[in-house]
Amino acid sequence: MADLSINLAGIKSPNPFWVASAPPANTAYQCHNAFAAGWGGFVWKTIGTPIVNVSSRYSALNLGQMRMAGLNNIELISDRAPETNFREIKECKKEWPNHAIIASLMTDTRDNWHDFMKRARDAGADGVELNFGCPHGMCERGMGSAVGQNPEVIETIVGWVMEAAEIPVIVKLTPNVTSVVPAARAAKRAGADAVSLINTINSITQVNMETMCPEPYVAGLSTHGGYCGPAVKPIALNMLHEIASDPQCEGLPISGIGGISNWKDAADFIALGATGVQVCTAIMHYGFRIVEEMKDGLSDFLDSKGMKSVNDLRGLAVKKVTKWENLNLNYKRIATIDYDKCINCNLCYIACEDGAHQAIALISPDGHDLGPGRLPGKLIPKILEDVCVGCNLCALVCPVDDCIVMVDVPTGKKHMSWKQYQEGLAAGKLKPIPAHP
Amino acid sequence: MPLKSFLTAKVAAENMHEKKPKFRPQEALVEAERCLYCFDAPCIAACPTGIDIPSFIKKIAEKNLTSSARVILESNPLGASCARVCPVEVLCEGACVMLDRDEKPLQIGRLQRYATDHVFENNIQVLRAPAKKNGKSVAVIGGGPAGLGCAAELAQLGYSVTVFEKDEEAGGLNTYGIAYYKMRPDVSIEEVEMIKKIGVKIKTGVEVGKKIKVAELEKKFDAIFIGVGLSSNALRLNIPGENLPEVVEALDFIRELHVEPLHKVKLARRVAVIGCGNTAIDAVAQAKRLGAEEAIILYRRREQDMPAYPHEYASAKGDGAEFWFNVLPVEVLEKDGHVTGLKLVRTKVNDQGKAEIIPGSEFVEPFGMVIKALTQAPRTDVLKRLFPKLKINKDGTVARNEVTGQTNLKHVFTAGDCANGGREVVNAVGEGRKAARGIHKWLTGEAAVGPIQKTRYGVKKPYGSGLDHPVRAPELEEEYYAKQK
Ligand SMILES: Cc1cc2nc3c(=O)[nH]c(=O)nc-3n(C[C@H](O)[C@H](O)[C@H](O)COP(=O)(O)OP(=O)(O)OC[C@H]3O[C@@H](n4cnc5c(N)ncnc54)[C@H](O)[C@@H]3O)c2cc1C
Ligand SMILES: Cc1cc2nc3c(=O)[nH]c(=O)nc-3n(C[C@H](O)[C@H](O)[C@H](O)COP(=O)(O)O)c2cc1C
Ligand code: SF4
Ligand code: SF4
Ligand code: SF4
Repeated sequence: MADLSINLAGIKSPNPFWVASAPPANTAYQCHNAFAAGWGGFVWKTIGTPIVNVSSRYSALNLGQMRMAGLNNIELISDRAPETNFREIKECKKEWPNHAIIASLMTDTRDNWHDFMKRARDAGADGVELNFGCPHGMCERGMGSAVGQNPEVIETIVGWVMEAAEIPVIVKLTPNVTSVVPAARAAKRAGADAVSLINTINSITQVNMETMCPEPYVAGLSTHGGYCGPAVKPIALNMLHEIASDPQCEGLPISGIGGISNWKDAADFIALGATGVQVCTAIMHYGFRIVEEMKDGLSDFLDSKGMKSVNDLRGLAVKKVTKWENLNLNYKRIATIDYDKCINCNLCYIACEDGAHQAIALISPDGHDLGPGRLPGKLIPKILEDVCVGCNLCALVCPVDDCIVMVDVPTGKKHMSWKQYQEGLAAGKLKPIPAHP
Repeated sequence: MPLKSFLTAKVAAENMHEKKPKFRPQEALVEAERCLYCFDAPCIAACPTGIDIPSFIKKIAEKNLTSSARVILESNPLGASCARVCPVEVLCEGACVMLDRDEKPLQIGRLQRYATDHVFENNIQVLRAPAKKNGKSVAVIGGGPAGLGCAAELAQLGYSVTVFEKDEEAGGLNTYGIAYYKMRPDVSIEEVEMIKKIGVKIKTGVEVGKKIKVAELEKKFDAIFIGVGLSSNALRLNIPGENLPEVVEALDFIRELHVEPLHKVKLARRVAVIGCGNTAIDAVAQAKRLGAEEAIILYRRREQDMPAYPHEYASAKGDGAEFWFNVLPVEVLEKDGHVTGLKLVRTKVNDQGKAEIIPGSEFVEPFGMVIKALTQAPRTDVLKRLFPKLKINKDGTVARNEVTGQTNLKHVFTAGDCANGGREVVNAVGEGRKAARGIHKWLTGEAAVGPIQKTRYGVKKPYGSGLDHPVRAPELEEEYYAKQK
């Protein structure tokens, strides 16, 4: 059995799965339940001057019957008093000494940051997370993403925090920026021990056509909310990779967050450089028990690959992402259809015909031996191999697993990137590749 | 013994509950979302009226039930009936690609019902006829599915249409013949009302040939459509006792339970149904549901020779009907003028596929009622009388052009059971609609197309990927092939 334990900037936890700072991490009661269910860490719901929340608070993007592909919320930080939160952290830490409890903090002045740092340490927290991400409400008061969107302010505040820091400091970044890298660099420059990302993304999920008011509805009005859940994972992974591959951020541990719902999502984050992961929406959807599936899945996967620990997986895919200009222009793959699997929905045809490169024809099924039960004469798709550009679209739309497979076709040509191509052209060594007809 | 009824109104109604009930809203959504929205979907091609199934299902998934019903009813004005009565297993659902993915096919019939129920329950009229008529008129003889399909299409093309129907209600067998557990007759009546709303005049109680002469129709109308269906009389058994009062035609028995309250329908405790087509199955299942202790199909061939659909067979067995194969009635036995039983012989199917009597195999079984469900006879005599020069095929069907429905008399078109020999409601509607387009082409020279799935056809390289054949659009197909020549 692979070793799932991690050490993130000195914070140790028995597995990489942490409850993110959010409603599931609100109270001691939840903390006990989370650890009992198997979570390795618990990032307490952001502690600050207690706020007042509105009703209602959430809205979602459903994909048909698939609920909460994306979740939007307009909740603020903890509505409980700091003393309650710190007292409960202390109680929990006593009971769960080997699990990680991180106090998420948000405040304003230098003195207040110093005060919070001291109280977090006194409560026995294993570390703190600075919430520079909350994209609604708190930013209007100069906190949350108002801080996270400004690298200079990040640097200043992290600087204050580090003055009083006796336990590891994680800076939680907002995705509501053109590039997340300057924020990560600022945190690192100011001495932060780690960063975590992403917090939620500015969003409006939908408009109610009866009230003409977006959801969530609060007495006839709504507001921009923070978006999370499965839909945001690709955005989170992209930002994670940007930091993980940034030379100036080298060595900066990252706690990955955003849309993690299962072990594979977690593995994606770890392979792209995260030390551990945090989860919110999946717990809000299914409860703490979901960690069981995550742990088993990751552990079995590591075993199947002969990896001894999570560390063996970490960062394996970071170098596999490069700039476009380094990609090989002479590589070619094309689509192939496995007619034994094909159900003849012809979605590949219309996708390629209307949405891509007109590289699939519909042909007579005669001679393809497609078995009984088919409508006689029903046309079947055929890849026009010389036209196919290998874009993957048909394989993506095909509703049958492994029915359209993309295969390499040897071109007999040497590796040539855009950079090499441009250099070759400039040196007169290469002829221009003719434009697509 | 004379026949009598056995059940209370409550029990009769319960026994005749709908086999395929309406979806609840979420059920419909879950089902609709399974649809892949196939391109050139096989389910469309398998529907004789060519309803754009992926389109109407997508609209259900998008909670746009009115548009969904419009897609259905524009292609098939009897879409609400067909949703209930079509043998979907061998039509649309039997062609669904899900079967190839080893999954259940989409429940297209039930979804179709869900959408059409919405507009009927809420009184939304989705069919429209042009405000300005084209000045041409057509007489439709027979208000069954074929006649209604033709009339609705013509009205939508701008014609003045009058339907002459000899029965009290229009709808034909769709009103009087469908098994009660599949559909209530009011669904058929509602569709007739909807068709009236697009300007089709329906004159019920008017038998052409009696109350109005064909010559008069020929004078008043530009074209005539014949959709008289088949005769309600089946072929005869030609055995002693056939005329006893408890020997009834399946269609008369079924008609009775459409016009009488269910619990008043009269039966015997032990009922024999002769024949094994779909009508026989409907009769035996309804006899069983209405209180017959034993309802038994007597069929002279083997199980595998049975013309009924396998799903209908399975369903009737589920209802408790019994099936005796390789038996042939040779005499109806009587006492005091009432049926007491049947004298039967055993048969075997010979190498030529014919049923042969096994000598000396006679036996007697008690029955109180005998329902004859043999093949319906064509209305050849009537047709000959109405149109002496009309060409009729050997099998009694009216000869016609398959695509346009035109007969040898240029101004006379036909479709439905009287032309195809007896198929399904949906075939009658689809053919009726095609004949309407045939009439339109004949009278105006214009081709009418759609509403069918809006797809390209025959796009050739270098513009498209190249298609062997046109995709969908049968009407266009014809045109396309004509151009290719
Ligand atoms: C017992 C039974 C059960 C069936 N069950 C199903 C089923 O479950 N699903 C299915 O899809 N199909 C079923 N069918 C088949 C279906 O009912 C027919 O295929 C369909 O009704 C044919 O339509 P039609 O318009 O051609 O004929 P019909 O429905 O027979 O309509 C013909 C109409 O013409 C009228 N008419 C005849 N002569 C004249 C005249 N001289 N003047 C004026 N009017 C005239 C008749 O009164 C009748 O209304 C069933 C058939 C039977 C017999
Ligand atoms: C209702 C709600 C409240 C949240 N509150 C906080 C918070 O107080 N502090 C914080 O740092 N992040 C907060 N988050 C963000 C989550 O911690 C997490 O970063 C985000 O939801 C992405 O992870 P997920 O896709 O697993 O949900 C909140 C998220 C939600 C849905
Ligand atoms: S890979 Fe792209 S170009 Fe090739 S057939 Fe598929 S959709 Fe068309
Ligand atoms: S999308 Fe897949 S299943 Fe559908 S026709 Fe194309 S290859 Fe076949
Ligand atoms: S074949 Fe099945 S999945 Fe495809 S469009 Fe028709 S109903 Fe939908």
